[in-house]
Amino acid sequence: MSGNILEKPQSFYSEYTRKPGADTLTTHYCPGCGHGVLHKLIAEALDDFGVREKAIFVSPVGCSVFGYYYFHTGNVQAAHGRASAVATALKRANPDSIVISYQGDGDLAGIGGNNILQAANRGENFTTFFVNNAIYGMTGGQMAPTTLIGQTTTTTPRGRTHENEGYPLRVAELLATLEAPVYLERVLIGDPKYTMKARKAVRKAIKAQIEGKGFSMVEALSACPLGWKMDPVDAKNWVQDVLVKYFPLGVTRDNISEVEGYVPGENGNGRKPLSDRELVKKIDIPSDETTTTYPLPEAEDRYKHSEIKIAGFGGQGVLSLGVGLSQMGMLQQYHVSWLPSYGPEMRGGTAHCHVKLSHNPIGAPLIEKPTILVPMNKPSLYKFEDSVVEGGDIFYNSSLIDTPPKRSDVNVYPVDATEIADGLGNTKAANMVMLGAIIAKTGLLDKEAVITEMKQIIKKEKYVELNQNAVQAGFDALQSVSG
Amino acid sequence: MSAKKSRGMIFFRVEECKGCALCVDACPVNVLELSSELNSHGYHPATYKGEGCTGCGVCYYVCPEPGGIKVYKRYDPEKHTAEVQ
Amino acid sequence: MAKMLIKGNEAIVKGALLAGCEAYFGYPITPASEIAEAASVYFPEVGGTFLQAESEVGAINMVYGAAGAGQRVMTASSSPGISLKQEGVSYIAGSELPAVIVDIMRGGPGLGNIAPEQSDYNQVVKGGGHGNYKTIALAPNSAQEMCDLTMLAFELADKYRNPVYVVADGFIGQMMEPVEFPKPNRNIPEKPWAVKGTAETSDNLISSIELDPDDLEEHNRKMQRKYQEMRESEVRYQAYHCDDAEIILIGFGIVSRVIQSAVDELRAQGVKVGMLRPITLFPFPSDVIRQYTDQVSKFWVMELNNGQMVDDVRLAVENRVPVKFHGRMGGNVVGTDEIIEKVLEEESA
Repeated sequence: MSGNILEKPQSFYSEYTRKPGADTLTTHYCPGCGHGVLHKLIAEALDDFGVREKAIFVSPVGCSVFGYYYFHTGNVQAAHGRASAVATALKRANPDSIVISYQGDGDLAGIGGNNILQAANRGENFTTFFVNNAIYGMTGGQMAPTTLIGQTTTTTPRGRTHENEGYPLRVAELLATLEAPVYLERVLIGDPKYTMKARKAVRKAIKAQIEGKGFSMVEALSACPLGWKMDPVDAKNWVQDVLVKYFPLGVTRDNISEVEGYVPGENGNGRKPLSDRELVKKIDIPSDETTTTYPLPEAEDRYKHSEIKIAGFGGQGVLSLGVGLSQMGMLQQYHVSWLPSYGPEMRGGTAHCHVKLSHNPIGAPLIEKPTILVPMNKPSLYKFEDSVVEGGDIFYNSSLIDTPPKRSDVNVYPVDATEIADGLGNTKAANMVMLGAIIAKTGLLDKEAVITEMKQIIKKEKYVELNQNAVQAGFDALQSVSG
Repeated sequence: MSAKKSRGMIFFRVEECKGCALCVDACPVNVLELSSELNSHGYHPATYKGEGCTGCGVCYYVCPEPGGIKVYKRYDPEKHTAEVQ
Repeated sequence: MAKMLIKGNEAIVKGALLAGCEAYFGYPITPASEIAEAASVYFPEVGGTFLQAESEVGAINMVYGAAGAGQRVMTASSSPGISLKQEGVSYIAGSELPAVIVDIMRGGPGLGNIAPEQSDYNQVVKGGGHGNYKTIALAPNSAQEMCDLTMLAFELADKYRNPVYVVADGFIGQMMEPVEFPKPNRNIPEKPWAVKGTAETSDNLISSIELDPDDLEEHNRKMQRKYQEMRESEVRYQAYHCDDAEIILIGFGIVSRVIQSAVDELRAQGVKVGMLRPITLFPFPSDVIRQYTDQVSKFWVMELNNGQMVDDVRLAVENRVPVKFHGRMGGNVVGTDEIIEKVLEEESA
């Protein structure tokens, strides 16, 4: 604070009206607690940088859970450990806000360890203040991830041992292993010479955010007189004499001057809302102008409701043949559904899909008794042959299936799909050969329309012609066959 | 030693003090002490001994209560008395 | 608008964007991953935020943050992921924030499998996390509804300042059907309570903490009134051939599609059956079901679980007529013939 007077910063409420009870002037912190000092340093910096109104204070679970009693800023209270995840979204929603994420040692280094690690690693442009007092204050003095070896707490009554609880976690050093953070420093709230250094660090970290530099964290070693069962001055001295030996003070990362800051523009996000038309286009929703539909093909009555099961091994284009049938069926006015083999149906290594093309709305998309079975390999034929309805069709890939179906109560069509596709120069087109063959015998779809609309199912331009040829070849192969 | 020169001035909000004595411990010119009186919370609040404040502001920064202490770096009673109220 | 053949999971993302959703935070899990994948394509395209979070817990807390900042925001996951999110959902409900959560249910408990189940009914419909809260739960049974109900979910979330689930089994997520996408509907209400980092919002607080017992009780009572309003205004269901039905089969999601086929076949055989499909699992169409107790000899409830929704049906029926249950688990789906067999077996017995 510049000027002649040092007094309560404006970034605090003058009266803490959110605090229950009669006393709305003092904090809920115990005498000699370091939180109040750090709060004051933050509030002073928000005042001095003129960003109080833009600031959002994220309170954690822990002693500082009531940060929102005090800070006259936007306030969001987070679940235990999640302040950094919450802060991530707050900042991304409003990039020109100033987000202060405030966490204690249990919150940040214990339950929220992964959240802080990942937010820091993403280089989120908010500022974290991490109060390390080596204990869980709020819950009554239990062990923290930063509790020293030998330190007695209510859950380490014999003192922390590395054999049972491991070693205290050094967060400032840990985060310094990451690429993204721009500024990390451990400071101490204690004698004035330390606290004034902490003040500098607080200001530097907030300034880095204002300048859009990225993630920064200030770890503040701080006294918990009640939790440690010491009087305030002894507790302050314990921080300076004992705690600091394990948690050395200093900067573990300072890239601020090397990083180019990003400061969002006037409109906050710099985003202009899209018009409805632009939105629909951007998310690839087809329009009537770009979509051609075709009349419902005239086929035999039994094809007014087709239940088609296509099966084979991975790579045979089984699923995409199903999608192709459904897609073309939709353009030709059928009600359609496509369901991939999924879950326990995938047992045995074969893939299959269920396709329905119907003149009527479709109930169950699952097919128990196909009217048309398309086995692309032997195991698929064996698996599904018996399920085909009486009078149904089996189009089987005779290139790979040397023993034809045994059923005499169904129509059986061998299709040399793989061989024909090979002849066209690409084995993978076998599925489209099969599509042509099915069309030839069933009249389910209009072949010319399928060829015209091939780009709807083959997204790669250079393969469209091949697949058009494959449909034609399959069609030709079966049209000459009687049956 | 002659009386300490008072360039600055310190005001405590008695009801906002929890008697932690961190300011007393930190004051480089030793002009603060805990009062023998009690405030309404039952704490012995910090008080200014009455002279010698240099206006360094150390007490302000070590005080854990946001509104506990107000420090004038240079204090002119004639000019500032009104605003202290 | 023209129809598009699309997976249910992808229809959700387009529906969300048509509803003006601005941010997506998620974590990959089968069978819901297509949602995150499509979101990663389209959200940045329209100037929105897509972030693959560090965990399900991270994702739901990001949803909390973005909702607190006033954004339309969503996440999606599948059963084990929803279990992880429950704490965050409780905070969102407690803080009265609007958010949309999609659950593409899979087999459980534990790691279970990736096949479709409906065994999250209880954890989605009954609150799921700690505390006295409710979430609206919308249960689509087609790709079209994956889009439509997602759009509705955003509207209801804002209307009630409450989390809304879109809950579907893996089949509804994985299947492709034609979808006719509606026009964008981005009528996002003013959110003066949000925390945006602006002068106007600098006195706002997003929080679920109420230390005083009376305050917390009042907060809960206020929320209960809100849930009651949902019960009165938001019940949605589909009745199929129920008018003259002597037996009504109740199912949601993929099961309702199979029941529909079974009803058609049974009707063809002269059996007077109908289907009732809850579209809102909460609020549950209890009154509608109870009305049919005067008409039907029994209800059948079919689910892909051990019998979870059947409890709500039984509460609605109040023992007036028998409620029979048939459930499949592990990813096995009740078949049309299976349903027909169950119904006829019972009738001839």
